[in-house]
This record gives sequence, C-alpha cells and structure tokens, in this order.
Amino acid sequence: MSGKSFFVDLTKCTACRGCQIACKQWNKLPAEETRNHGSHQNPMDVSAITYKTVHMKEVADDKGFMAAWLFFPEQCRHCTEPPCKMTADAYDDKAIYQDEATGAIIFTEKTKDLPDFDEIREACPYNIPRQNAETKVMTKCTMCLDRVQNGLKPACVQSCPTGTMNFGDRDEMLALAEKRLAEVQKKYPDAVLGDAESTRVIYLYQADPKSYHPYSVADATMPGLMNRKAMFAKLFGSKSRSKA
Amino acid sequence: MTNHWIDFKNSDCILIMGSNAAENHPICWKWVTRAQEAGGTVIHVDPRYTRTSSKSDLYVPLRSGSDIGVLGGMIKYIVDNDLIQKEYVLHYTNASFIVSKDFSFSDGLFSGFDEAGRKYDKKSWDFEMDENGVPKRDMTLQDPRCVYQILKKHYDRYDIKKVSAISGSPEDKLLAFYKAYTATGKPDKSGTILYAMGWTQHTVGVQNIRAMSIIQLLLGNMGVAGGGVNALRGESNVQGSTDQALLFHIIPGYLATPRANWPTLEEYLKANTPVSKDPKSVNWWQNRPKYVASLLKSFYKEADLPTAYNWMPKLDAGQNASWLVLFDKMLKGQFKGFFAWGMNPAASGADSNKTREALSKLDWMVNVNIFDNETGSFWKGPGMDPKKIKTEVFFLPCCVSVEKEGSISNSGRWMQWRYAGPKPMGDTKPDGDIIYELALKIRELYKKDKGAFPDPILGLNVDDWGDGHVFDPHKVAKLINGYFLKDTTIKGADGKETVYKAGSQLPSFVMLQADGSTCSGNWIYAGSYTDKGNMAARRDKTQTPEQEKVGLFPNWTWSWPVNRRVIYNRAGVDLQGKPWAPNKPVLAWDAANKKWLIDVVDGGGDAGAKHPFIMQKHGMGAIYGPGLNDGPLPEYYEPLECPVTEHPFSKTLNNPTALIFADEAHKRTTCDPRFPFVCTTYRVTEHWQTGVLTRWLPWLTEAQPQMFCEMSEELAELKGIKNGEKVILENPRGQLWAIAIVTKRFKPFEVMGNPVHVVGIPWHYGWVWPKDGGDAANLLTPAVGDPNTGIPETKAFMVNVKKA
Repeated sequence: MSGKSFFVDLTKCTACRGCQIACKQWNKLPAEETRNHGSHQNPMDVSAITYKTVHMKEVADDKGFMAAWLFFPEQCRHCTEPPCKMTADAYDDKAIYQDEATGAIIFTEKTKDLPDFDEIREACPYNIPRQNAETKVMTKCTMCLDRVQNGLKPACVQSCPTGTMNFGDRDEMLALAEKRLAEVQKKYPDAVLGDAESTRVIYLYQADPKSYHPYSVADATMPGLMNRKAMFAKLFGSKSRSKA
Repeated sequence: MTNHWIDFKNSDCILIMGSNAAENHPICWKWVTRAQEAGGTVIHVDPRYTRTSSKSDLYVPLRSGSDIGVLGGMIKYIVDNDLIQKEYVLHYTNASFIVSKDFSFSDGLFSGFDEAGRKYDKKSWDFEMDENGVPKRDMTLQDPRCVYQILKKHYDRYDIKKVSAISGSPEDKLLAFYKAYTATGKPDKSGTILYAMGWTQHTVGVQNIRAMSIIQLLLGNMGVAGGGVNALRGESNVQGSTDQALLFHIIPGYLATPRANWPTLEEYLKANTPVSKDPKSVNWWQNRPKYVASLLKSFYKEADLPTAYNWMPKLDAGQNASWLVLFDKMLKGQFKGFFAWGMNPAASGADSNKTREALSKLDWMVNVNIFDNETGSFWKGPGMDPKKIKTEVFFLPCCVSVEKEGSISNSGRWMQWRYAGPKPMGDTKPDGDIIYELALKIRELYKKDKGAFPDPILGLNVDDWGDGHVFDPHKVAKLINGYFLKDTTIKGADGKETVYKAGSQLPSFVMLQADGSTCSGNWIYAGSYTDKGNMAARRDKTQTPEQEKVGLFPNWTWSWPVNRRVIYNRAGVDLQGKPWAPNKPVLAWDAANKKWLIDVVDGGGDAGAKHPFIMQKHGMGAIYGPGLNDGPLPEYYEPLECPVTEHPFSKTLNNPTALIFADEAHKRTTCDPRFPFVCTTYRVTEHWQTGVLTRWLPWLTEAQPQMFCEMSEELAELKGIKNGEKVILENPRGQLWAIAIVTKRFKPFEVMGNPVHVVGIPWHYGWVWPKDGGDAANLLTPAVGDPNTGIPETKAFMVNVKKA
C-alpha cells in the first residue's frame, strides 16, 4: 500500500495547539464561540467548523498526584478502507472519494444529498464526521490535499514545533513509527501504535490509547461497530498487532 | 541568555524553574526534546504541574516565592557533598577572595543596614586588597573570611528539612532534584537553567537568579555548551529592546543613565569606569569612555563631547524612575502627559486600579497601538465616570511587526533581520515613522517658536533616521553599528596600522574611540552592519565540523557581542585552553597556531593569559556579589504578602530593602484570614502579554476564551466550588471573576506544618474585548518591587476565592 500517511508521536506533544490553529487558518474555518468549561481544552470536540482539536486528559497516580497529562490532537484517520465511504457509496459513490495518489478521504459537496448523516457518522469508528447544519455538507479533515498536491505538508504538520506531527510517504511514516515505538518503549513499556495498518494517521501512544480519548482507536467491543469490525477483518484481514 | 536556543540540545540536565517553557516558549521545546533524546534529564520546579511538567523527567512542586530556600538548599548540598568543579571554582570564580573584616551577617540582615532608609551602606561588603590593589585570595579556600567559607556558613542553615518545611516541596523530590542537577559538576557535563518571569517578578527577583548563578559557577556550568543562565524572553524582541535601553537606569549598550550628581562627562566617566590593578583582569568596562563618547556622537554628531553630555537628560541622584514609581508619581499628579507606546499599562501594571486611577490624573495621553485597549479606553472602563475624567486621549494606530522591516534580537542575542510582508493596513504606520515624524515636527516648532533649551532638540542627529520624510531602518541600523567620523589610523594587535576613512562603517567595537572620532548608537551592536553588509540578514547555515557538534551556526544572522554565540566561553576551557567537555567544545586553543577555534573568544590573548569573566572588574565569576541593593549573597525572604508569619532561616520575614510605597500598607495583607490563599499569575500559549494582539484573533480566543482560576480539588471542595463554575477572587486592591479550573495539577502545600493553597490566574484578559472574557489579573497584584530592578511581585500575593 502506498500513498501518504501521518505519524503523530504523542510522546512529543505539548498541546501547544499550533496544529489546531493552523488547521483553521489554512481551511479558512471560522472560530466557534466558546466558553471555558473548566479545562484548557477548547473547542471540546470536532465540529463542522473544527476539523482538529487537541484533547487533554489528566491522569493521576493512586495517591491523587499527577502521573501524566495526555494530549491527543484529534483528526480524521483517513482509513485505508474507509467505512464512511463504503456506507456513502451505497447512495452516491462520488459523495466521498479516496484520492488515488495520497489515499486521502475527501468529503465532497455531494455529501449534502446523502440521506442519513447519522449513518455516515456511526460508520466511523473514530466519531469524526460532522455536518454543516445549514448546507448539510459533511465535513472533516481534508489532509490539506490542496497543499499536499502542491508539494507542501499539511498545515498542522507544518506548524508543529516539537516533531509530534509528521507527514510523508506511507512506508517512511510506518518505518518512523516503528523506530520511535522501539525507542519510546524503553521509557514507556505500554507504548503502542494505534491502528497503524488500517489508518493513515498513525498515533504513538505512551499509555493505553483509551486513556487519551474514547475514540482514539477503533473499538472492537463497541456494540454496533463490532459487526463492521468483524466484516473488515473478514474482508481485509485483521492486523491488530500494533493496536492496544 | 548567555547561550542560545539551539544550545539547549547540548545539555545533560535542563532545569526549568520560574518558567513554563513548553507552553510559553513552544518552539524551544524542539531543542529540549533533542537533549532528552540524547539522554539528558529535564527537571521542572513549579507550584503547578504544567505541560512543561508533563514532558519533564522530574517534577518538583514548590510554593510560589520559596525559590531561594530550594536553591539555597542545593548550594548547601553541593558544599556538604563537595560536588564543586574545583579547578573552575578556584581559578574562574571569586571563591578564593577575602572579604572585608567589617562584613557580617546576622539574622537575615547583612552589615550596613539602614532601617529607616530601607537600604544598605555596602562599604563593609568590599573585598580586601593586597599591597598592589588586587583582591587578596586564599587558594586553599580555608580562610574563614574567604568567599567560599562565607558561602558555606551562610547556607549551612538551609538544611533539607527547613527547605522542605517552608517550600512545601517533598524532601525526596528535593533530593532527587539536587542529585540529578549537581551531577553536572563533572567537568565534561553541563547543566542549564531556563527561567522567565516566574523568577524575576518577586521582591527577591534578582537574588533568585543570583542564587542559580552561584550554583552554575560552583558546578562549572558557565561558558560551556548546554550550560549558562538563560532568561527566556516573552516577546520576540525583549532582548533587543533591553539592549536599546528600554529601561530607565541605562542608555543604549548597558551604560548608566546620566544623573545630576555627575554634571560633566568627566565626572560621569570617573564614576562609571572601573579600574583593576590585576594585569590578568581584562576589566572590559575600562573601555566605557569609548562607548559613551561614540553613543553621544550618534545622538549629537556636530557637538563636542562635553556639550553633548551636557545636552543629555539627567536623573536626580539616587532617583528610581522605574515603572511602579512612575505610576505612583502619576497618581500624585506629577505628570502632565504620557505616551503609552506598544504598551497596555491599565492591564499590564501591578495594581491595575491604581494604574487606571493614575491615568485619570493626566492632561493628555497618546496611545500607540494596533487595537483599542484598556489603557486608551480607561476613561470608559469599569467604575469610571467619563464626565469626571479630564485626560484627553489620542490613539495612533501603528502597523503590525510583520508589515515593517527591521531587526529583532531574540533571547539568544541573535540580531535577525526581517523584511516587510504585507503592506500596512489603512493609514497605520510603522513605529519608526511615527517617532520620526514627531521628532521632525517638534524640531520645526522649536525652530519657529524657540522655546526653553532648544539645543538638544535642534542638535539631534536626525539625518541618520530617514530621508526627511520616511523612516529608514537600514540607516538606523548602520548608525547603531556606528561609523568613523574622521579618517582614523588604528594599530592592530599585530602592530600593523590600518587607516579607516571617514564615513566607513566600524568593523567592530574594538575600533571605537573616546575622542569623538567614531559614532555608534550601541557599542554591543558594532559589527552588525559593516561595509561588508547587513550581518543580521545572513542566512548561511555552513559551519565547521566542530561547530556542528554544538549547533553554533556562526554564519546565521549575527549575535552580539562580536558574533560570539556563547558568552563567558573562556570559562569553558581550562587554563591550557582545553575544553572541559571535549565531546561538545565551544572554544579550544590551538597552541601550534596560537589561535582560538570554534566560537569567538571572550577577551583575547593566549590560553590562561586572562581571567575569563571579562565584564567583571576582577575577571572572576561572582559567587559573592557585593554590588546589589539587597546583599552580596541571596538570602531567604518571604514575598511581601505571604501565608506565614515566620520562616526557618531568620527573624527577618521580608526583603528589608524591597520597593514599597509607605502609604499603601493598608492594601497589603499577610496571614489575614480574610485572604488566606496564595495567588500566582502566568501566561498561556494562546495569548500574548495583556492580550492586546491575541484577544482580537478569533482562533486564539476560541482556544482560550475566558479568564480562569486554577485550583486544587482540595480547595474546591473546601470552598464548595465545582469545575467550570464562575468564582470571585478578591483582596484589598481589587476583585475579578474567573472560571474555576479544578485540577489535580495544583495540590495543597504543607508549609511549616499547615496546609497552604495556591491558586493561579492568567494575566491576558481585559474588559475591552472579548465582552465576556474577564478583566486583568493585575487588579489583584501588589505594587511592590524588587529593590534592584523595581519589577513588581506579581508571582506571589494573597487573595480570597469564593463562589460567584
């Protein structure tokens, strides 16, 4: 499998949110009207005008002292076999397409005519698709395809100061991910790569992915998704070696 | 910074204390990460667990304001366990110097204290001199009056139990911290300190940094790769603005501001030019007359030097004209007009209500800024009655940094040239043009209407500022570098004579003259814009293999002074010129060719020929520093507002020389049950300074929309506060609302056996915008300051917190 991929080394993320802001800037997305909810995180979730947001999770030890503060820059994973597209294809195979050169999954204007947004959203194991309430167009991260096709890195990768966000040919990213996993495991024995085989956004977690975010990795035990997961496994072969 | 950003990667141990580097200096984390990947340890010491802590190998909590206890404890740990880098301490620091018989220290006070005047007579702190006028030394470090023994005795009180009791830092964490950091005392290891406002904004701000400087000298960490004392500057050009004398006590190039008690240039130079009788001491400031003369000539090209000095504005003898004093005088009606230029004092100055009231006493104010702000609009702010305010406010919109050409000097002293991007919007102008037009207009009025003392205005060298209409950053940069005013013959070190033509740019400050034949707007920048071109505009990444080892990049932009990348680098080699750390050398002596390699050497001369700390009169790193206003050694004092009535080190509770305003005692509280919690202030990644730029950017206010108050789960439970609820913070100075962030990242401290809660608020908000964003943290902070700098103590003060 070729194309492009992201490698997101969460052990280096400081939640500076350069990626979150750069995403808004490049994609000309307006700001949400937010309130402080008792957290540094904001927006609290992805939305029709927020393709990327950094989640923050405090983890305490058994005495109540901070053991870790986990940061999770959430975005579409650009699945290699995208269930959103497979679902949409039943109605219109041009609504969601997979870019041949990069593997990017792109929601087009035609998504507004898909009959059931919830069906698309539920098809996604990562709870990513959102819908513009007025236009009904479905939205999510575009892999900055317009940048990538012009030889640039996605805006979020360009903005990252620490080396958390990486982007390149899939083989290179997989190799980098495996190399970093080996290094990181010396300090964090529980470190894992999330869904490396089935997505193009490969996260390196220092701890259980579920401690970062409920949708960090595809959940085989989640009702409603199990069948779909099973179906994938059957169709494309299950490769859960690097998944938590 | 003594070192530079890239150099962090060379460190074996990075201590981050008084800073939240990962959040407030996000780009630097690239280099901190590199150090970690190479096996280095990162330690974060802070009242609050932050994103910096989350990426550090060790997090040590400490109560705000107790830093000198913790650092004093480390000094004791070093001395008790004999962990000093001996050769370095002996030959490169003043550890061996003998201090005057009259020096003493008792119960928190040094000798010479004048209680009524809240100041010291520093005479008794002097060194004892030998018959040649050179400091007496004891190379065995055994003399009870030598600096090392005085240091040992001074910090003997700082045992770990007392340090832990007052700071609230657990003993095991302190020990782990001391052990990890002091391992850098080995000659081939280096440790660095990254600090910011968390250290400076205290009534012991300067002494916080002094304490760490002592540690760095004891461990031999100055002048080496991955070492140094590194202030992380909050604005991209704070280093540059300091170099260009933003502060009241200096004129450009760290030269003292003329004062009325030095009425002539001769008297000024006599008072400000140190003399050393030690032939090995470079005593660089002996060159001060050259720098002063060249600066005067840059201002007043046509005037002779005594006249030019006479034209300089002068402070009164002993006058403190720092920020807090300025606004105190403003409140008392002693100012008619005020330029708030690129500043937002109504939100940025301590005790905002005082500051805002002071603005109402002015006749006029000119507010130069990009956006409307709390200062320009103070008259219609909370609690103000516009009908009763006489101050006339003029708003001059200026353009944004990216819209203009010029240089910025980053924390690592790199002067980096930037080009104009988009054209300025509307009628906005670069600050340089606003100043230039103002100067031209004032000169025109003086020419026409004469007026009192016109000479300094009409004699000003404005020819070098622009073309008569438009400001020219290149012309100004060339003037700052300096040029020859007359054909000048200069004899080099090799005895060869070179003739420099009038009008040619100075190649370096070595050529500056004391007789008025050269001009230079800032001697430390001489060499930045020479006849070879604009050095700050260089973007050449080439380096030698040795330079590459430490990431020196000597051809990338230009670093003051003389493109030296690591200052005090002469201390990075032994007396034979061999680097202490051969695997990461910054400097090395090539004995065969008799020249220095890698970086530009500090000082000059052969290996071992000169003492390394060339800016110090005696050439030695100052473990004992007899020049400061609050003592030659850092001593533990509580913040002026504190949660305890006593501390374990002496009966002197607070810094006895701190800057206070006597008539404001009623606004300060200590151990007052009405205001039981320690409050500290800080910044977030998303906002800048008072937020004047960033609060107007929707994507940034989306990410950090409102004033918040971080507190522990324990305090929240005590006060019945839920996460995300609105709370009120208050003290006798003011009140503000904030959204509670209840978090495990703050924990109660056990201080002297009692629980002490610390809460934290960011200082970026203001009532003007966004509408429901909240108001300035400084409504709560006290107008008290460090006795050396006057910086306000905004990192530790007392408040109450309650449900809104």
